[in-house]
Amino acid sequence: MSEQDLEDFRKEVQNWLAENCPEEMRQPMDSQDICWGGRHWKFSSDAQKIWLERMVEKGWTVPEWPKAYGGAGLSKAQAKILRKEMKRIKARPPLLSFGIWMLGPALLKYGSDAQRQEHLPKIARGEIRWAQGYSEPDAGSDLASLKTRCEDRGDHYAITGQKVWTSYADQADWIFVLVRTDFSAKKHEGISFILVDMDQPGVTTRPIKLISGNSPFCETFFDEARAEKHNLIGEINKGWTIAKYLLTHEREMIGGMGGDVMRPIGDIAVQQIGKGEDGRLQDPILRADIARMEIDGLAFMATMDRITQQAKAGGGVGANASMLKYYGTELNKRRLELMMDSAGSPGLVWGGEGDVASQWLRTKANSIEGGTSEVQLNIIAKRILDLPSQ
Amino acid sequence: MTSKEEMEMLRASASGFLGEKAPISQLRRLRDDKIAEGFDRETWTEMGAMGWAGVLVEEAHGGVAMGHGAAGILMEEMGRTLTASPFLSSAIMGAVALSKYGNASQQEGWLPAIARAQKIIALAVDEQRHHNPAHVKLQAVRAGNGFKLSGEKCFVADCAAADGFIVSARTRGEEQDPDGITLFLVSRDTQGISVENQNMIDSRNAGKVVFDDVALEGDAVLGAVDKGLAPLNIILDAGRAGLAAEMSGAAQECLDRTLSYLKERKQFGQTIGSFQALQHRAAHLYSEIEIGKSIVARALQMMDSAPEMAALMVSAAKAKLGQVALLAAQESIQMHGGIGMTDEFDIGFFIKRVRVADALYGSQQFHTNRYAELRGF
Repeated sequence: MSEQDLEDFRKEVQNWLAENCPEEMRQPMDSQDICWGGRHWKFSSDAQKIWLERMVEKGWTVPEWPKAYGGAGLSKAQAKILRKEMKRIKARPPLLSFGIWMLGPALLKYGSDAQRQEHLPKIARGEIRWAQGYSEPDAGSDLASLKTRCEDRGDHYAITGQKVWTSYADQADWIFVLVRTDFSAKKHEGISFILVDMDQPGVTTRPIKLISGNSPFCETFFDEARAEKHNLIGEINKGWTIAKYLLTHEREMIGGMGGDVMRPIGDIAVQQIGKGEDGRLQDPILRADIARMEIDGLAFMATMDRITQQAKAGGGVGANASMLKYYGTELNKRRLELMMDSAGSPGLVWGGEGDVASQWLRTKANSIEGGTSEVQLNIIAKRILDLPSQ
Repeated sequence: MTSKEEMEMLRASASGFLGEKAPISQLRRLRDDKIAEGFDRETWTEMGAMGWAGVLVEEAHGGVAMGHGAAGILMEEMGRTLTASPFLSSAIMGAVALSKYGNASQQEGWLPAIARAQKIIALAVDEQRHHNPAHVKLQAVRAGNGFKLSGEKCFVADCAAADGFIVSARTRGEEQDPDGITLFLVSRDTQGISVENQNMIDSRNAGKVVFDDVALEGDAVLGAVDKGLAPLNIILDAGRAGLAAEMSGAAQECLDRTLSYLKERKQFGQTIGSFQALQHRAAHLYSEIEIGKSIVARALQMMDSAPEMAALMVSAAKAKLGQVALLAAQESIQMHGGIGMTDEFDIGFFIKRVRVADALYGSQQFHTNRYAELRGF
């Protein structure tokens, strides 16, 4: 596509957004304002509903997916323009979901056409909300030792076992699950990737209350839960390949949060603490810590760009996803520590200072979920630095 | 601007040349033979012949004008081999100073010679224990059509070999006043200049330069009278970005040498690189170095595209790479164990150069503070 075509596209996007993005959907959002979609979704306002419907019609909830699956078939360059233009008018994302972030990319890479036809359009339209069933009580960092049993019952599969840290499973409609289909094979070679409708007696969920006071995660129990045969993705016993692909994808996503800062912390601290006559933040130690953190943030963002460029040139992000995940999450934890330092006692009140305490506590999971920092360092050591195993 | 392919070719040829002609053993020899200039003349002449010394000089003045990105590649490669040369002083800061602010006769007199490595320029800016370019006490008093300079500069890199100095002097106002600073281009052989070499830990040359009633013509001014601080900062930013690139190369080399050692050294009947405690130190260091490389690249890009807007990114890069390179140098000694402490082993040369490179034209602390000031807090 030529520069001119892209420029025309930008104008088209600008005009469309100006006309179609409701004013209420251009306001700063809280976590309560996110639209997750799903069978039981209740829109928080008419504007939220209208905004989703209009974006769905354009295929812009998943702009890069093919039109046949509910997307708009945009090129990377066009999708970037759309993101930029949305950001420019502060438009809220019309729909967020694990279907868009996780299952969609997995199906596009490993699913059959029939599987894509069945599931992708419903994700794009926000009709089905997905959960991810990976970790188990005895399979955390050692994910491949998972034991949830999946048995062939002729015309269907029966699943029995327990998953944990399933995000928002209590509100989800379907779940993609890693199950063991062969107990006699080596641990990586008996795993399959399967899709399960949660609306059945064999699936129950229980939210887990976290240190932040919120319950974004659940335990999910399977007791002879039924899964249709055509919903096993890829080949049987080859699910670990898909799991790894999605983990890499997830790591890039979680890592990306480290740099995704709406408002630099230096500006927040100036507002909260004030400047002295010398024009400097009044707390000199905090000032130094914040400056160092911001510098690392700049360097990290530049690294995200550099690695993405390299990936485009060929070879993919590869094991560097682990480096980005490690650095990005540790950075995000540092950022929230400084937010707490800057906020002072109002930050210690539940719900105070933009609910900074909950956010701060939430970030402690960043370096655990999607593979701990220590697991990422192991991967870097083995796959990038080529250090020997013990 | 230089294309990606040209950049990669430059890196390959630099790596080949430096590895063969100017590896760490050369620095060791310069140190042991107590060569006052702190670099090897023959190597420097060859750098001139290859066009390196003219990397930032316009073609009209005999250079190759490849830009800061290319200069950064050369600095990075010199960081890997710890090659000593006046490249930073003369080919980066000297070339930027004269190309941007020199008058016609200054440019004609110096730029072609700089580009061919026939003349060396050094920057005389610091007066105190710590870098602070706004602090200028060295006086330039008007005398007839010209000026008389009196005062002292310290930590002047490459002062022993310099044919000329760029000097910041006070023509008006108080010590800390940003206004009233003037830059002068002074030939080394001018009456009243004396140079006092110091034995630096990195085995390169730096020292004091004393100006005792040095009489200059009016046309020795570089740029505008009293308005020297902004140009000085751009000249310095070019050097700072170059130093960040050098430290990036040095850090990468520390990691590479350490990884080789971890894969070869055995204890407890095993290769020590199989121990998780060491793997995690190495993996963390790898991450810091990768993060550092990206901000160096940004700073160099800014120096090429909009040098007057580059200060924030340059300070971020200089601060970050000071931290990363010092971490790399220290970790490499720790992971080498006892042998890393011996003079016979090369790894110990890195920490000494990195310490000097961090301090030169502003330490991590200086640049972290400058970053915060530029950000408005």
